[in-house]
Amino acid sequence: MNNAMVIGQYVPGNSVVHRLDPRTKITIIFIFVFVVFLANNVWSYTILTVFALLSMITSRVPLRFVLKGLTPVWFLIIFTFLLHVIITKEGDVVFEIFTFQVYSGGLIQGFAISMRFFLLILVTSLLTLTTTPIEITDAIESMLQPLKKVKFPVHELALMMSISLRFIPTLLQETDKISKAQASRGVDFRTGKLKDRIQAVVPLLVPLFVSAFKRAEELAMAMEARGYQGGEGRTKLRELKFTKLDVGIYILFIFVILGLFFTRN
Amino acid sequence: MSSNEKLVEFRNVSFRYGAEQPWVLKNCSFEIDREEWVAIIGHNGSGKSTIAKLMNGLLFPQEGEIYVAGKKVQEDTIWDVRKDVGMVFQNPDNQFVGTTVQDDVAFGMENRGFPREEMLQRLDDVLHAVGMVDYRLTEPHRLSGGQKQRIAIASVLAVSPKVLILDEATAMLDPRGRRDIMQTVAHLQANKDVSLLTITHDLQEIVQADRVIVMNEGQVWDESHPRELFSKQDDLLAIGLDVPFIASLAKALKQTGIPITKEPLNHEELLEELWTLHSRT
Repeated sequence: MNNAMVIGQYVPGNSVVHRLDPRTKITIIFIFVFVVFLANNVWSYTILTVFALLSMITSRVPLRFVLKGLTPVWFLIIFTFLLHVIITKEGDVVFEIFTFQVYSGGLIQGFAISMRFFLLILVTSLLTLTTTPIEITDAIESMLQPLKKVKFPVHELALMMSISLRFIPTLLQETDKISKAQASRGVDFRTGKLKDRIQAVVPLLVPLFVSAFKRAEELAMAMEARGYQGGEGRTKLRELKFTKLDVGIYILFIFVILGLFFTRN
Repeated sequence: MSSNEKLVEFRNVSFRYGAEQPWVLKNCSFEIDREEWVAIIGHNGSGKSTIAKLMNGLLFPQEGEIYVAGKKVQEDTIWDVRKDVGMVFQNPDNQFVGTTVQDDVAFGMENRGFPREEMLQRLDDVLHAVGMVDYRLTEPHRLSGGQKQRIAIASVLAVSPKVLILDEATAMLDPRGRRDIMQTVAHLQANKDVSLLTITHDLQEIVQADRVIVMNEGQVWDESHPRELFSKQDDLLAIGLDVPFIASLAKALKQTGIPITKEPLNHEELLEELWTLHSRT
């Protein structure tokens, strides 16, 4: 269990996409998510698809990892497609199944919406595939800096996120240990009625919570002993660097958006 | 302000966790010199961990005064005091803040606003000192307990404290991890000018110390050199401390009439004593 454990879906690598400043990635993806909804004809969709696929290819993330990220949403994509095919009644009747008529408008609409979904998921999962959770945390901390002016606890939020990330594997290991300990005392987690199985989780959760609180208390003391006194006057070891590469990618992305505006109706 | 050269000074310190609670420390006084290695032993509840927490202002005494490097420990000096007093706690997991080894070692330096260049330099130095250079980017759940404690020591050393407190730092480790930590600590003490305070209930871990303070029922019960302490076996047993095997063996040998002159601290010393025995008798 130890070695297979990876938080999130990060696939290590040294591609262009990996080396980008995480802030750049988040910004571009954020804009992309909005821009996808502006596409309204074949050409504009093509431009966005090419951009998304090219980023995927340059990231050199093996296809199976990308597909794994898409698995939970395949159903949604197909469902929306069918829904549009059934509901939309525009254009000509293309063919008929039993007594049900499929319109060309429905097919086009279905394709367009499913494509949107597909692109959204592809691009966002590319972020988590090529960026470590801690990089994302740093990027969020850096991008939320302006909110400090309105007393938003940016540093605290980032610290909370990074401590959670650090303790996820620890708590998973602990869950494993407790469930084994309880199993050896006769608790059955795997068989029985749903109600019984839910009840069996209680002796797992209670010790887990108790120990999590104890950990939190000890961690707080250790942090204080090491001189932690909030974000004021703190320096950082991990650095985000905005490089020429980022500039290049931004310029490329501006062209993509311009292309989109020229081609859409 | 303190006038002499003592690094840490407890003057008639008494402490309890609440007004209704029993006293955990009763009128304790002791001192630690610069570059000295002092061990505090005592069984559970003897007040030894409380001493550590008082020393860097995690707790404050109800009576008496504590001085660290000439500064009195109180609300407005704790951040200065914590610069001088580094602490390593018992549980290796619950003091690991960073997501990787280098982030954890940097945590204390980041808190003190070290410039990045200096952080990288010191990071290298302390990881060398504890022998963990190859683990810079390793996540905590891939490290053993002993390795995590070595990182905890490294992160404390990174900010160059004057005293390093190990509060039962080996209690949750296996024998191998324990030996590694004790070696690391002995090595550090020999090379760096840092005072050491090791708090333990294991008499094995005090043999390398310069001085031992024995705590019992919240009071300083004895202060002596490890060697002298080992000769007071019956008293130690009476206050609930386990005497190391070598010490009890030496005592048993003496009782059967073998003249052992020097109280042995480890099995090499006892061996030396025994094989030179014949030439003396």
